[in-house]
Amino acid sequence: MTNRIFVALCLLPLAVFSMAFLALPIVRLVQASGESAEGWGIYLQILQTPRYLQTLLQTVLVSFAVALTALAISTTAGLFLARNRFPGRGALLSILTLPLAFPGVVIGFLIILLGGRQGLFNTLLPGHVVFAYSLTGLFLGYLYFSIPRVLLTVMAATEKLDPSLEEAARTLGASPWRIVVDVILPGLAPSLVAAGAIAFATAMGAFGTAFTLATDIDVLPMVIYTEFTLSANIAMASALSVVLGLATWILLLVARSFAGTTVAAGG
Amino acid sequence: MTLTITNASKTYPDGTRALRPTSLTVGPGEILSLLGPSGCGKTTLLRIIAGLERPDPGSEVRFGDEDVTRLAVERRNVGMVFQSYALFPNMSVCANIGYGLKVRKVPAAELTRRVDEVLALCRLEDHAERPVTALSGGQRQRVALARAVAPRPRILLLDEPLSALDAALRDSLRDELAAMLRQFDITAVFVTHDQSEALAIADRIAVMSDGVMQQIGKPEELYRSPASAFVARFIGNAMPLPGRMEPGRLVLKGGVLPVPEAAGRSDVYVRAEDIHLDEDGPLQGTLETVSFSGGHYRLGIRDVVEDTLFATHPGRQAPAPGDRVRLRISPDDLVFLPQSGHMPE
Amino acid sequence: MHMTMPRVLQLAVTLLTAAFLIVPAIQSVLAGLTVNYFRGISSGLTLKWLGQVWELYAGSIALSMWLAVTCLAVTLVIGVPAAYALAKSPGRMSRVLEEFISLPLAVPGLALALALLQLYGSMQGFRTSWLFILVGHVLYTLPFMVRSVLAVLMAMDLRSLEESAATLGASSWTRFRTVVVPNAMPGILAGALTVVTLSIGEFNLTWMLHTPYLKTLPVGLADSYASMRLEIASAYTLVFFVMIVPLLMAMQWATDRAQRITR
Repeated sequence: MTNRIFVALCLLPLAVFSMAFLALPIVRLVQASGESAEGWGIYLQILQTPRYLQTLLQTVLVSFAVALTALAISTTAGLFLARNRFPGRGALLSILTLPLAFPGVVIGFLIILLGGRQGLFNTLLPGHVVFAYSLTGLFLGYLYFSIPRVLLTVMAATEKLDPSLEEAARTLGASPWRIVVDVILPGLAPSLVAAGAIAFATAMGAFGTAFTLATDIDVLPMVIYTEFTLSANIAMASALSVVLGLATWILLLVARSFAGTTVAAGG
Repeated sequence: MTLTITNASKTYPDGTRALRPTSLTVGPGEILSLLGPSGCGKTTLLRIIAGLERPDPGSEVRFGDEDVTRLAVERRNVGMVFQSYALFPNMSVCANIGYGLKVRKVPAAELTRRVDEVLALCRLEDHAERPVTALSGGQRQRVALARAVAPRPRILLLDEPLSALDAALRDSLRDELAAMLRQFDITAVFVTHDQSEALAIADRIAVMSDGVMQQIGKPEELYRSPASAFVARFIGNAMPLPGRMEPGRLVLKGGVLPVPEAAGRSDVYVRAEDIHLDEDGPLQGTLETVSFSGGHYRLGIRDVVEDTLFATHPGRQAPAPGDRVRLRISPDDLVFLPQSGHMPE
Repeated sequence: MHMTMPRVLQLAVTLLTAAFLIVPAIQSVLAGLTVNYFRGISSGLTLKWLGQVWELYAGSIALSMWLAVTCLAVTLVIGVPAAYALAKSPGRMSRVLEEFISLPLAVPGLALALALLQLYGSMQGFRTSWLFILVGHVLYTLPFMVRSVLAVLMAMDLRSLEESAATLGASSWTRFRTVVVPNAMPGILAGALTVVTLSIGEFNLTWMLHTPYLKTLPVGLADSYASMRLEIASAYTLVFFVMIVPLLMAMQWATDRAQRITR
């Protein structure tokens, strides 16, 4: 059928592009990771080298903390904004979703303006509070770009909740608190899992923020970067990239089986 | 344009037989209705005629003298009204109607003239420049029809054109559609599951079930002399009268009904409108339900046959549930079908 | 609004979060316009820093705009037909392909950049041209275009629309041009704005792929954060905000609009 040929033609540019610039490069990356003296043992080496292991652990912990905090904050704010109408709500919503497309470098800079040596806190408080270049700064930076994403997911999910469920609970005499626990949170759960996973995965792979801030914090993307550019340890950089990519991809795949939407990633 | 279908059948890759080999001919200007319950193959047959579905090898579709079986849909020059109307939401009423002419590269002046002509025929002049999303259901249906006929198709195909409308509108638009189709004078095939639509609009009706064409004929023929129990039930809701056939009489649970001698061994069917309350009637039963439907009462009667028998009663008053009633059925109104071998359920 | 205790708490969290997000952005805007940030606003307002940013980084800004436009063109040419093909073939292979091209959403840009560098790094002409960065940008933004268009196509009755166009005599290409594309417009628009916004802000891939002669806006930003005085870095950030914020708002408006259709 001619239409079948037309549809195949429509798919052709995509197939060519993703073959040349996605499939083949990934194959090459995996290949390159096994080209050092250790061969494929390099993946074992990651687990045996304290520096890499510690980096891995630290990255996971920071990302996990970011995901949890972003969920707590964004669910609170998201439910509030979705359920209440008041003057200034639109402006508030704009502010909260603004950082959606800020690259990580800019967010790093904004954190420096807050908690750097010449930052807001250090100027206002006499105690000389500098947190930008530490793990705290990194955590806040990641939080900065995670909040809008989680918030949008929560608000979209809230709008899809069936309001009659809440009304039913109310007619049955449930208190507002019970309604949140028994009706709203279970209804939001799939979206919250998905949003949390996105926040986690994005934090795991965030490079720009770490690049601007982390002069001496070992997080996975920074270690990959230094292995590649400074140490020229290409096999190790590739192996760590494969580990990082696989981890975030599998995590998002699992999370998506809980709920469907992916909010614009960036960072 | 005569439409001839020979041995058209359709088997899906999973082995489902949507349509068993079917042959039929639709004369020039004739309106044929494909009638049957959902899943009976009527839409498959329509889509085969349109070229939207590729039939099994051995099938043949001819428009006049031309064999179009292998012709792509866009070259068949058919007009089709879809169940959902499938109006292009990005275009105005005019642009929708002119679409078929535009893709055929009809010159602008000619296009405008033809669109205006069809707009007038379908009484859509006042809506010409409106977006189709702003139209009511009935208007959309007319735009869909206008769009299908504007390029002067060889065959007009309509897939459940009234089913997207609500019940009240459907009744009034049914007659309007019938009038418009006559006016176009195009060979038309019309798919519906609603017997009243088919009866009102079609010159001939093909009743289908389970991928098989059961009977084809004029509406009156199908109503008066159905060829099978399925057709009898589907057209006019005939009810079986299961009983013992004896020469000249049918012995039922609720009495003995006189039948013509010629009836022989056959299954007997009757329609609700042919059962009359009559104190001297030969049949007797107990009234179970009475529902008022405006012009008449619908009576559910127990004990005449195993199942409940329904009768329409035109009087101003009806007996009450629980009353014993006597019934009369004229032998002329009975439908006799060759015995199916087993008792119909 | 009736104020109860939980509501006050919710409002407080919302306001604090908003402050956390907006205060540093305001600081940055002010810093970019202040004569001397350490002495504060009292030192006076100036456009001097913006002028210096222009002198230093006009090339980067222009390159980013050029990349965004070409990236949009490429994602349109590849993404819109692909979304149509995916919508037309609902089989398992299509889902696998969709999943595959969405990898850049999940896999960090750094890893993708390393992969690209190792395969094409030795092709000097390509490696040092702007096309190499373009490939990275297309790789990253393409899934957004495909998904945005696909969502709208899946929400409309594509099959009936196409079939009716076909019965009216329209060929595959004519149907695509006159029925599919115009009706997918909300998705295309949302996808296009997302692509441009993300391309202008892309850093992770670009940082690895760029050469000293090809610095995009965010690469220039990183450069200025590392080596320029705070006022210039801030002024440059201000330029970036001026470019990205309207785009972001347009993107959200278009995405909302497209989502109303798909619901």
